[in-house]
Amino acid sequence: MHAVLKMVVQRVALGVLTLLVVSALVFISVEFLPGDVAEQILGQSATPETLAALRDQLGLNTPPVERYFDWLGGILQGDFGQSVISQRPITELLAQRLGNTLSLALLATLISVPLAVGLGILAALKRNTWVDRTINIGTLTAISFPEYFVAYGLILIFSVKLGWFPSISIVSGTVTFAERIHLTLLPALTLTMIVTAHMMRMTRASIINLLALPYVEMARLKGASQRRVVVVHALPNAIAPIVNVIALNIAYMIAGVVIVEVVFVYPGLGQLLVDSVAKRDVTVVQAACLIFASAFIIFNLVADVISIVSNPRLLHRK
Amino acid sequence: MTRHLRKMPLTALFGFAVIFTYACVAIFAPLIAPYPETAIVGPEYMPWSDEFLLGTDSLGRDMLSRLIYAARNTLGIAIATTLIAFILGCSAALFAATMQGWVDQVISRIVDVMMSIPTLITSLLLLTIFGTSVLNLILIIALLYSTVVFRIARAVAMGIVVMDYVEAARIRGEGMFWIMFREVLPNAATPLVAEFGLRFTFVFLTVSALSFLGLGVQPPLADWGAMVRENASLITFGDLTPLLPAGAIALLTLAVNFIVDWMLHVASGLKD
Amino acid sequence: MTQTPLLTITDLVIQAQSDDGPKTLIDGLSLALNKGEVLGLIGESGAGKSTFGLGAMGFTRDGCGFASGSVIFDGIELTQASPKVRRGLRSTRIAYVAQSAAASFNPAYSLIRQYSEFPVLAEGRDRSAVEADAVEAYRRMHLPNPEDIGFRYPHQVSGGQLQRAMTAMAMACKPDLIIFDEPTTALDVTTQIEVLEAIREAVREFNTAAIYITHDLAVVSQMADRIMVLRHGNLVEEAPTAKMMSDPQEEYTKSLWAVRSFKAPAKPLPDAASTPLVSLKNVTARYGPAGPDVLQNVSFDLHKGRTMAIVGESGSGKTTSARCAMGLLPRSAGDVLLDGVSLPPDYHKRNKTQLQQLQIIYQMADTALNPKQKISDIIGRPVTFYTGLRGRARTERVRDLLSAIDLDPNVYFDRYPGELSGGQKQRIGIARALAAEPRVVICDEVTSALDQLVAEGILRLLVKLQQDFDLSYLFITHDIATVESIADDVVVMQKGKVVEAGPKDQIMAPPHAPYTELLLSSVPEMDPGWLDRVVQKRALG
Repeated sequence: MHAVLKMVVQRVALGVLTLLVVSALVFISVEFLPGDVAEQILGQSATPETLAALRDQLGLNTPPVERYFDWLGGILQGDFGQSVISQRPITELLAQRLGNTLSLALLATLISVPLAVGLGILAALKRNTWVDRTINIGTLTAISFPEYFVAYGLILIFSVKLGWFPSISIVSGTVTFAERIHLTLLPALTLTMIVTAHMMRMTRASIINLLALPYVEMARLKGASQRRVVVVHALPNAIAPIVNVIALNIAYMIAGVVIVEVVFVYPGLGQLLVDSVAKRDVTVVQAACLIFASAFIIFNLVADVISIVSNPRLLHRK
Repeated sequence: MTRHLRKMPLTALFGFAVIFTYACVAIFAPLIAPYPETAIVGPEYMPWSDEFLLGTDSLGRDMLSRLIYAARNTLGIAIATTLIAFILGCSAALFAATMQGWVDQVISRIVDVMMSIPTLITSLLLLTIFGTSVLNLILIIALLYSTVVFRIARAVAMGIVVMDYVEAARIRGEGMFWIMFREVLPNAATPLVAEFGLRFTFVFLTVSALSFLGLGVQPPLADWGAMVRENASLITFGDLTPLLPAGAIALLTLAVNFIVDWMLHVASGLKD
Repeated sequence: MTQTPLLTITDLVIQAQSDDGPKTLIDGLSLALNKGEVLGLIGESGAGKSTFGLGAMGFTRDGCGFASGSVIFDGIELTQASPKVRRGLRSTRIAYVAQSAAASFNPAYSLIRQYSEFPVLAEGRDRSAVEADAVEAYRRMHLPNPEDIGFRYPHQVSGGQLQRAMTAMAMACKPDLIIFDEPTTALDVTTQIEVLEAIREAVREFNTAAIYITHDLAVVSQMADRIMVLRHGNLVEEAPTAKMMSDPQEEYTKSLWAVRSFKAPAKPLPDAASTPLVSLKNVTARYGPAGPDVLQNVSFDLHKGRTMAIVGESGSGKTTSARCAMGLLPRSAGDVLLDGVSLPPDYHKRNKTQLQQLQIIYQMADTALNPKQKISDIIGRPVTFYTGLRGRARTERVRDLLSAIDLDPNVYFDRYPGELSGGQKQRIGIARALAAEPRVVICDEVTSALDQLVAEGILRLLVKLQQDFDLSYLFITHDIATVESIADDVVVMQKGKVVEAGPKDQIMAPPHAPYTELLLSSVPEMDPGWLDRVVQKRALG
């Protein structure tokens, strides 16, 4: 089998395995609760009889391994179980919110990736000039800020003082596309600022490493202009490192999205997660964590596969 | 070494100054703060005045005093957590790199799985299960960040372990502890110190984020992240107050980042 | 009729910026090179050869610059010219062949694509015509499959072939001057000879001027019409090749030439009936249970007090045999005997005495000594570990060892490795091995990373220590001249097998096994006509 195909298949298999292991861990963690889900639901009004009845109803008397596979099977068919607190099916809760979180993340990605990669390359080319140093201090500052600092800062400026954007982003199902952008721009900008800074620094570092390689010097010794050296000689070899950087930062964004949604009261998966943690709605927390983890694993998988596929040593076998 | 100190850029100097200030504030908090940490000393939401330099918070406690006391709490938690994460991660890494073979494989796989979920998510899950106390917070975050420390320490250690002088020690018949602590560790110290600073900033930001979400330090203790949350509503009135604790966090992280940046620059021997 | 030189360099000074102020790399060098002339630039590492070679093209590395002097190429002053003008000259008028072709080819493009880049770009030629040219060039370089090899990627082609492909690429625009920067240093001798031949043919055919940079005296005598000797950025001596080889003037030049004349005193043959000190019998080994065999049926004997050279090219298994003997690579079959007693395959299972008697000195002194330990500890630890001496007795012993390796104990006792030179560090490596009071010392390419003069010092020291401490050596090397210099017995290895083994005089004199013949004849000799002779001989036979 072609080396590349083999490596891709291996990597995908590893990703699937990781997903399974993580799902098992997420499931098992609930077993550590003092008391079980039934006690959680009934709370103060629990009596031994009602507990037994509820346990029966929820199928809690079956062995854990069986319950795990039931749960997993349910998820693969789209049924995430019930909320401990509200008894409503979790799938309902997730559907709308997942869409909202995704659109927020997408908007942030669309702004940050071109900006970060472009600035990173620029800084690497103009290394140690004032342009580079300014960008360096700027990004260092940005990555030092907690998300809520940036969020409240932006709200203060653009919402309270200037009144351009709302400080709370209640996005319901009935908004138009334009309205949606208007409502989500501030949260997206918050996310963008910090993610861009991280990505830009990493891109700059990768490009600098690349420019120090012997074959880049060779290109200059053959008479290539600076532009040609960067675009023709360095960039094709930079795809893998840059893609990796982007994937790493998507991962970072998944954590940042949680904070941003809380600050802006944005009805997304992150806010759901935090609310559920406060209410100790275990099953919802489980479901949300699983989704976040899966997204993370899948993004890393895609990044690794792109790395493999763009590696000339693997594409053209010995 | 002294040559480097003399040529320190402004940013690093700024960083050291800030850290020194914070350290003093944290250590001497009871002597500096005008009012006690949790006492209600006046009406709620008072504006900045001579009596209360930064006004009062949502319950009528003095903002300035709480900011000062919070330095202790927040910094204390962050430092403790980073230390534990480091000791855990570095020991595991030295062990894995020295023993190699299946020991290394097993530990690395476990770490891989732990790292396949974002830290914030895992901490939220674990805090739901085990409850939100300060001790839980410290232990959970320390455990999660020890994975990152492990990865980095292992990479550093692996680079050292292949050196001929380590092999020379092995074939002499030196025991595992000698090799780990007398051959490998002294050569790993410098990159790890820089890494400690970097990890500290991430730990610090995560702990504050969890407090901001209401899952960290519980009231009435003062904590910067929690203080942002407590006073968040003031923002809508154009009041800067919620930005103060957030700014305190940002400033410290910035200072440490400046210093780490300088250390890395010096270590890599780049010519300016 | 005197022709104007193609390249005239006058009092060139190149400096590098550093924290302590500017550092002079090239200190006022001058040269005049005519069209079609080949100049050999020779010197030890740090002499400034590469910097000078690049300077001749008007190029300085990051952090370096032309401080003064001039470089005039065909009437153009390169030190003052704009970057655009300098770039315009490259590939078309001046070309460069780097030391490591593997690192200097872009991994993302095929060889032929990189060949045709500048002929198409700078000369505006048609791509398919250029590619046809490329195939011809590859044929001239005696590359296998010239029609197809261009379409391969760098990682699919071997080192020697890449070096020739790089030379072909340098000639693509038929430049007037080519700068060859140590093009064969990283290659095995048998590959080197093919590359040397190809380069010489090409340079002659197109009457290209060339600057040939190397540290290898014999190689430079094959390739150059004139030779310049550099040291610390200064010119030591310059003369036509024949005169330089037969009658060098300066002391330093003579010392470079004299390096290969050191010969250890001959020893009487060992008693055939006596037990060898170290004996490998039919040793086979592999990496991992499913890997291919890296050693196959290797057998040889080392008798007490003698030096056995294990010689071969890269991948021959010479280092691997030594590592098997040490127990670092457990053998999968066969036996390793010390004084007639079998040693366990894995060093973990050997007892302290066994570990003590077999010591190793590594090739790269930089990685062989722990940079965070003082010299006194590096040598002292084995002393305590093996002999139990501590405190004052240990200090005495360490000082004695330092004296034995010709380093002043008062100066070096408290130093760190970072403060020592390469040769001094290697001496510390020797002292560390001696500290264990071993009987056998394995020297793993201990002089290969050192300059000629320093290497000679180490060889002399090893011979002296052998007499003083009654040591036996397993000396691993790829350098035939070193073998001639200090070996008593020789084992020739190729691809994990022993080709020949026996006393040095027997192995080094004909008749040889075919591979030994190939190996010995590929070693450049200090005779300008050597390359021609070998090429002719091989064409016939």
